[in-house]
Amino acid sequence: MVEFGNLISNLQSSLNFFLPELVLVITLLTLIVVDLLFRKIRFINAYVSIFGFVVSGLLLLFQTREGVGFLGSFVSDNFSFFFKIIILLTNILIVLMSFESKELIEKGGNLGEFYTFLVGMSFGMFLVTGATNLILIYLAIETMSISSYILSGYTKEIRRASEASLKYVIFGAISSGLMIYGISLLFGQTGTLNLYEIKNFLAINKVDTFPFFVSTMLILAGFAYKISAVPFHFWTPDVYEGAPITITAYLSVASKAAGFAALLRFLKLALSLHTETVDSIWTMVSSIDWTLVIAVLSVLTMTLGNIVALWQNNLKRLLAYSSIAHAGYILMGVAVLNDTGTASVLVYFFMYLLMNIGAFICVMLVSNEIGSEDIKDFEGLGYRSPLIATLFSVLLFSLIGLPPTAGFIAKFYIFAAVLDAGLIWLAVVGVINSVISLYYYVKIMRNMFIRGIDKDKSTIRVAPVNQIIVFILAALTLLFGIYFSPIINWANASASILVWK
Amino acid sequence: MGVGLTNYIVLSAILFGLGIFAIITRKNAILVLMGVELILNSANINFVAFAKFNKLNIEGHIAAIFVIMLAAIEVAVALAIVLNIYQNYKHINVDEIDSLKE
Repeated sequence: MVEFGNLISNLQSSLNFFLPELVLVITLLTLIVVDLLFRKIRFINAYVSIFGFVVSGLLLLFQTREGVGFLGSFVSDNFSFFFKIIILLTNILIVLMSFESKELIEKGGNLGEFYTFLVGMSFGMFLVTGATNLILIYLAIETMSISSYILSGYTKEIRRASEASLKYVIFGAISSGLMIYGISLLFGQTGTLNLYEIKNFLAINKVDTFPFFVSTMLILAGFAYKISAVPFHFWTPDVYEGAPITITAYLSVASKAAGFAALLRFLKLALSLHTETVDSIWTMVSSIDWTLVIAVLSVLTMTLGNIVALWQNNLKRLLAYSSIAHAGYILMGVAVLNDTGTASVLVYFFMYLLMNIGAFICVMLVSNEIGSEDIKDFEGLGYRSPLIATLFSVLLFSLIGLPPTAGFIAKFYIFAAVLDAGLIWLAVVGVINSVISLYYYVKIMRNMFIRGIDKDKSTIRVAPVNQIIVFILAALTLLFGIYFSPIINWANASASILVWK
Repeated sequence: MGVGLTNYIVLSAILFGLGIFAIITRKNAILVLMGVELILNSANINFVAFAKFNKLNIEGHIAAIFVIMLAAIEVAVALAIVLNIYQNYKHINVDEIDSLKE
């Protein structure tokens, strides 16, 4: 039993590295009040939330990154710092994107609640990246899920958006139910909910393989749903197609990042014995071959994502399947189960943030004007809006993973980590999948530049601010394709997940 | 002979199975959500039973309280979404809500 005085002092010391999260909570509360008082001022909530994100990011930069708090249920380390920065960058880009989203402005009514839920969701994600207690992980995942259910149906008069949110909430409720059942079984076997204590228990005591396998698989199902891995991907295409495109972009990067952060931390803290050497392969506690389990998940995910993407006609749906495929590539980095693999996952996420959000902004800008996301309607875009089409192509090249773009560097590091661990068959499957993905990305470019030249010559006007945002993202993908060492160094320094005594 | 841990686990496993069965077979969105409730409550039974038979470990009880709270939140949001579906479609039959093609 913890004494009351100790509890208070523990809380006080914990609050020191909980400041970024507290700022998000304060922003959330402020947004509710601001929305009530200053309704008339357009986008006031957007500015307040950007301010909150920036303050939270600054506090994040200057906080101690070696802290265990709240009686060992929440940590702040370099690993969670990396993911938090990715989440904040995504948030800011999404808020910028929402200024121009036609569907949100026309059908969303007052956008105040939109930003409130966005901030609430990012608070949940911040908790997910640092949680080391199974109940906190579950609560944090639900915090972000419940906000995202509402956000994906935010334009509630649009039929497909309400359908998307129904499918999302049903699949989400089922997989979180599976996860909590798995957690309860694991609690029964180990007698604790803290990841670190679970590992300590497993290191000394022997548990029966079958119940242990069932419970960890059920917990894995919860994570697999968040990262949209096969066989928990069914919601992805429908939700991505139906939801407002800003939310689609948000789900495809930020909530995936949070899911991967929790998955990696669970594997490292609860299921692997910690050795002294930094770069060593994690020794897993039980007799289950975790590398094989995750590698099979990865192969299924990327193959299904890439093959089904081949015959998609809706660009949002195509990007949904492409994001499933990318989750498969990232799972390859998880499957090697060592710090090199973790670093490659981090690199991938940073690059993926730039290219994926950029691609979604391009789709949004064009579909704002032509009122459709069909690939056929993108025909002749290269002549109607040469700049956007060119930048879109750069981002697509990066999504394929061709040099000299950031996508190539990201894939290169994943494959290097996989080969380093001796999983040659996995790397071969990954390369074959990259080749398949070439087809559907190039199909978009073919439509933009080769087809439909004389169909419609009217130019598509895009506001200069948006052109600059897309230009910056595309330029960064090219820049990090050539000058990538800062990201690599940062990822390597962030790859070791904090383990405490 | 008293009620042992096994009885509780079997009960929760049966509830879990019924929950999965309800989710798979029911077409009405409300009934699917009731299946989800069964799963969450089966986890609750597990938590409390393990806490009872695990030297008064308080964590299990706390976990159960959190799950009850979350179930309430989830149902509130889910019912709001179902209501919205009803306004758009005039029914809540999950099988027929398929305007997004597979």
